[in-house]
Amino acid sequence: MFTGLMLNTWIAGTVVAVIAGVTGFFAVLRGSTFAAHAIPNGAFAGAAGATLLGFNPLAGLAAFSVAGALGIAGLSRRARNDVATALTLVMMLGVGALFVSWSTEYAQEAYSLLFGEVFGVSSDEVVPILVLGALSIAAIAVMFRPLLLSSALPEVAEARGVSARAMELGFLLVMALATSMTVPVVGALLMFSLMIGPSAAARSLTARPVLAMTLAVMLALVTVWTGIVVSYQTNWPLGFFVGVMGAFFFLAGRACRAAASRFRPRVA
Amino acid sequence: MHYIFEPGFFGSGPVHVALAVGTVIAITSAVVGVFTVIRGQSFAGHSLADIATTGGSGAFLVGVNQFWGFLAFGTGAAAFMEMTGVQRRRGRDVATGVVLGAALGLAALFLYLATQSSSTTGASFTILFGSIFVITTSTIPALIVSALLALATVVVLARVLLLSSLSSDIAAARGVPVRAVGTAFLMALAISVALSAVVIGAVLSTALLIGPAATALRLARSPVKAVFTAAAAGVLTVWIGIVLAYDSYYWPPAGRGWPVSFFVVTLTVGGYLLTGLRRREPQNRRPAAQDNHDPEHACSPA
Amino acid sequence: MADDLLRLENVSVRLGGREILEDVSFSIRPGEFTGLIGPNGAGKTTLLRVILGLQPVTSGEVLLDGAPRPHRDSSIGYVPQKLAIEPDMPLRVRDVVSLGLDGQKFGLRLPSRARRERVSDMLTAVGAQRYADARVGELSGGEQQRVMIAHALISRPRLLLLDEPLANLDISSEQGIVSVLARLARAEHVAVLLSAHDMNPLMPVMDRIVYAAAGRVAVGGTDQVVQPEVLSRLYGRHVDVIRVHGRILVVAAPEGVDEAEVAAEDAGVIR
Repeated sequence: MFTGLMLNTWIAGTVVAVIAGVTGFFAVLRGSTFAAHAIPNGAFAGAAGATLLGFNPLAGLAAFSVAGALGIAGLSRRARNDVATALTLVMMLGVGALFVSWSTEYAQEAYSLLFGEVFGVSSDEVVPILVLGALSIAAIAVMFRPLLLSSALPEVAEARGVSARAMELGFLLVMALATSMTVPVVGALLMFSLMIGPSAAARSLTARPVLAMTLAVMLALVTVWTGIVVSYQTNWPLGFFVGVMGAFFFLAGRACRAAASRFRPRVA
Repeated sequence: MHYIFEPGFFGSGPVHVALAVGTVIAITSAVVGVFTVIRGQSFAGHSLADIATTGGSGAFLVGVNQFWGFLAFGTGAAAFMEMTGVQRRRGRDVATGVVLGAALGLAALFLYLATQSSSTTGASFTILFGSIFVITTSTIPALIVSALLALATVVVLARVLLLSSLSSDIAAARGVPVRAVGTAFLMALAISVALSAVVIGAVLSTALLIGPAATALRLARSPVKAVFTAAAAGVLTVWIGIVLAYDSYYWPPAGRGWPVSFFVVTLTVGGYLLTGLRRREPQNRRPAAQDNHDPEHACSPA
Repeated sequence: MADDLLRLENVSVRLGGREILEDVSFSIRPGEFTGLIGPNGAGKTTLLRVILGLQPVTSGEVLLDGAPRPHRDSSIGYVPQKLAIEPDMPLRVRDVVSLGLDGQKFGLRLPSRARRERVSDMLTAVGAQRYADARVGELSGGEQQRVMIAHALISRPRLLLLDEPLANLDISSEQGIVSVLARLARAEHVAVLLSAHDMNPLMPVMDRIVYAAAGRVAVGGTDQVVQPEVLSRLYGRHVDVIRVHGRILVVAAPEGVDEAEVAAEDAGVIR
């Protein structure tokens, strides 16, 4: 299980889990649930389009993800509109469905783009994944403190000279990078679960930022590694594990928190 | 005329079925959709769609027509949502999104297992992205009956739904069984989602439910006008979608045709955007509606 | 006593371990205009909900015409404080008022000229005819209040409850609403129970006052009730009543700055 091609899978899976945990922590903090749905949906369309044109799907993913991120930065500034967001999400999936339908292996491709395909990671895909991963980590490391301040206390950050808009844009771009790596592995529909599930669970357990982020990464790693191991035996899709375990960790985190508060004396 | 309708369109059996069934479903979805948007339950609709995906995949796995899966899981989820009070939340939130992720994960598993046991290619694509052209004839009566049931429910409840959306307190004080009405509506919503899923697939079904409704709400001021406009928009979208999908067999790439769901979604979104251009902001009025937003609402997406 | 339209007898409501209302008793006679005055958190909204049947009581009775309140009752109209209206709701003003007639009924109804005219008359009576075809979500606060009053009154209730209708209104809108209410109530012989935290706009039209503070009430004419001794007993701490330029201010003595500010705010000094 640990030889040759599987090594690529382990590397890709690990990098994806780490990035998902780190980015997810900020996504939950900032309440960017819409972005966490929208960017992957756009990525789905992009990857389908890129495959069709013969480009490296990763390039298509990255391009559409970044475009999507920039689009969201513009869209979210307008007043809330449930309908517009719902329709945008669906529109991107529709375009993706179109591109996929043009290819010969359309059912297979739709499936792997939506639900992930971790075993298909070839050697020349591992390197870009590692590079993107390193870039994302570097970006987060550089932005960490201003991003944290801006996410938790936007007005205070503004007063201290940290532009909320710049942080939002920067964060969305990192999300876009994270998306381009994650979607091939866990699928566009399940990326939300991998990013948000472990991070939300971590938040339920601790409020300390670095600890929460570390916990998020660990839970994401457990999810992906378990998925790879079981998937190796059963061939079940990785997306299944991501979805189910993400929900499990989240609910467990909530339950722990509820139980803990029951034992802690109420402050009058 | 000859250039719009490719040869064989009017004689084609599947096209007749698609047009007839599509019309009924479009009307139902649009009408139910209007009330869904009024009640701010668009996200509940989206949740039901994700769960319907699981249901359709499961049905496919056990060899049953996917409509039954959409319907069973959708109505089951609606009942569950009513019991736990989840549908009263207006916005997307983390909890629902993550739990829906489990539903999608299950869908992934079911579809995988299904492709292992049977050899039908493209079936998973149909469940996810629909095809109104391959409706199983035996399900047509069920589709029509369900649609009429959902429509009837909403029509009977129309006034009460409007009153409740104005103020649930006023409705309750006047003796309206608000919770029971809410549950009945949620069931109608679940049925509509299942029907839309048959036409354009579970993943995209929200478009047929919300799109024409949202467009109508921009254009119409009164409830009656809104419902009729939505129905008209829905039917028009589906008809044009069917025509284009049929014609697209002759478009590149040859022989397969573009998915009808793509056309329906694009037309729906396009229609909505077009109406956005026309609408002008009201002058000189400070809408009190903005003061009535609850805090949860103000902090929703992005 | 026998001809009381509404009577509350020793009503108490306990919620979440707190006594929201404590032994509240008062009555309203037909056609009477009563102000339910008190600071925020006094239990005014809870009291209104009890009367409407939306809030069960822990003890005590609510009697309508001397009998326990029936479940499906159309003799009480209600104008709530908050409406869940979105700007894009497809309800015109006249649709909202029309729902006041039969919004609680199931099934369809055919449009009728009689109904249209009745809605029109009601709209004219509240001064909303001008924007009868506007979307209800696009109205200003004062306009929306008029529409909701029309909605509540069109079914000819005998008692009209309003929850803080004057909050968030500018002074001229405030006066407009009060005069519309008073005029219509007199014309239709409808009793009114209106909650507010500032009694001054209501002074010209109030017949009686139910002053609520800390879950308890004091009932009577304004001169009787709005006295330092009465209110101090109600609040459970020393309270001053200041009359200046025809306006009444209720001010708590400085025990902690917060309470004084709250009381002064409630009495309309700080807006």
